[in-house]
Amino acid sequence: MSLLVDPCCCKTTLTSSRFFGIPTSAMSMRAVFAKNKTRGLGFGLRQVRAMQTVTLPDLDYDFSALEPTINGEIMQIHHQKHHRAYVTNYNKALEQLEEAIGKGDSSKVVGLQGAIKFNGGGHVNHSIFWKNLAPKKDGGGEAPHQSLGWAIDTSFGSLDNLMKKINADGAALQGSGWVWLAYDKELKNLKVETTPNQDPLITKGQNLVPLLGIDVWEHAYYLQYQNMRPDYLKNIWDVINWKYASQVYKKESA
Amino acid sequence: MSFQHLQISPAVVSYRRVDSPKSPTCRPKYPQVNTVNLHRSWKSTKVVAYYGLTSPPFQLDALEPYMSQKTLEIHWGKQHQSYVDGLNKQIANSPLYGYTLEELVKVSYNNGNPFPEFNNAAQLWNHDFFWESLQPNGVKMPWGGFLEQIEKDFGSFSNFKENFVAEAMSLFGSGWVWLFLKKTDKKLVVAKTSNAINPLVWGDIPILSLDMWEHAYYQDYKDDKEKYVNTFINNLVSWHSATARMARAEAFVNLGEPKIPVA
Repeated sequence: MSLLVDPCCCKTTLTSSRFFGIPTSAMSMRAVFAKNKTRGLGFGLRQVRAMQTVTLPDLDYDFSALEPTINGEIMQIHHQKHHRAYVTNYNKALEQLEEAIGKGDSSKVVGLQGAIKFNGGGHVNHSIFWKNLAPKKDGGGEAPHQSLGWAIDTSFGSLDNLMKKINADGAALQGSGWVWLAYDKELKNLKVETTPNQDPLITKGQNLVPLLGIDVWEHAYYLQYQNMRPDYLKNIWDVINWKYASQVYKKESA
Repeated sequence: MSFQHLQISPAVVSYRRVDSPKSPTCRPKYPQVNTVNLHRSWKSTKVVAYYGLTSPPFQLDALEPYMSQKTLEIHWGKQHQSYVDGLNKQIANSPLYGYTLEELVKVSYNNGNPFPEFNNAAQLWNHDFFWESLQPNGVKMPWGGFLEQIEKDFGSFSNFKENFVAEAMSLFGSGWVWLFLKKTDKKLVVAKTSNAINPLVWGDIPILSLDMWEHAYYQDYKDDKEKYVNTFINNLVSWHSATARMARAEAFVNLGEPKIPVA
């Protein structure tokens, strides 16, 4: 048996001596793949299998561990409600996408991109964010050393300068979004970027790797800081987990 | 309340100093504005006007339990105030000085390539409009001609409410939901906008709005957007304001054939 994939509409057709030319639904194809799991069937079939769903990652610390910088109520709602909603809606959108691809409904496939970008982006961004934070007793707020420390000094002059730039860009961001410390894999340098809403950093450049992301959506700080976003940004440095950022930087710049 | 808004529109006062003509080659990169100067015989006094913070047409605790006093104290007292202060700082030395707020919103939008003043100006206007769209113990639905128009354009009042809630729930990020009169189509439309954008920039006439920025509801509803939107549409809408705005809008948009009596 072999599989033909029509590139125009993603319709897949199972062909064999008996079943030549009959379009097959995603469901029955899954049944075929399940039987032929050990054989490579080619044509990128694995992409058409059931989409991998995502799950809400656990925090490495208690909700109240980041006090007084970010209070426990914010952390709990942020993680349990907001991030969970992104996960749920992303999985839902993926399900609908799989169905639309299976049916060859290109309009629906394109129409779902907004929900995927928003909810998928929300999941990706927040997963990074939880790693970017750590309680003081676990190294939160400790300045970066070694390669990342040197890279920051080279690119920005000093850690203070970097913090000032991130604070300024974060405060100036209109509406909702994120402010990032990014590593450019191609140019091999660090830069500060912002993205609107839940757009992940990669939308600003395919070569950008997020080292540090700070959520400046109002839900990240409003209950504690109200409209004083600059105060939130000033304080969050006390719980930034530079160890994680350094790990990512070492790995990407190797 | 009206004196807090000390604005001098170019249409009202347009004196110019006669002893220092503007160089004809000096062209500001922004559209031409009229500055206001009072001419005295031996000295001139410059009158400068700024935008002010208008009060909501109700006490800050009047919308309880649907919108708490604490929310309004922060939303109006701090957030709205910060837009006023921010705009006045920007306008002080800007060629955009001298417009009414509504004109400034349209001019600073610059057809989709907004100037830095747009965010503060539009958010200032949006919040003024929003407070007027809220009413304590308001009536639950419109009546008369306005209700007929809603039924004509949405099918039924509950259809309109469903539309409104659906738009609010499908907004990604910060923004607003509007009921507005589309001039070209001559009908009422519900649509969401991002960040500070409002129907004025499209040349349309806003009738009602709901603030969907998180700061509007987070204190009272946390992440439960749906409850906030439903509470607004069922309990807080000022249909009086909407009707008045609609009546004014009909001076600009002909919504139907005039009933000319046959002799």
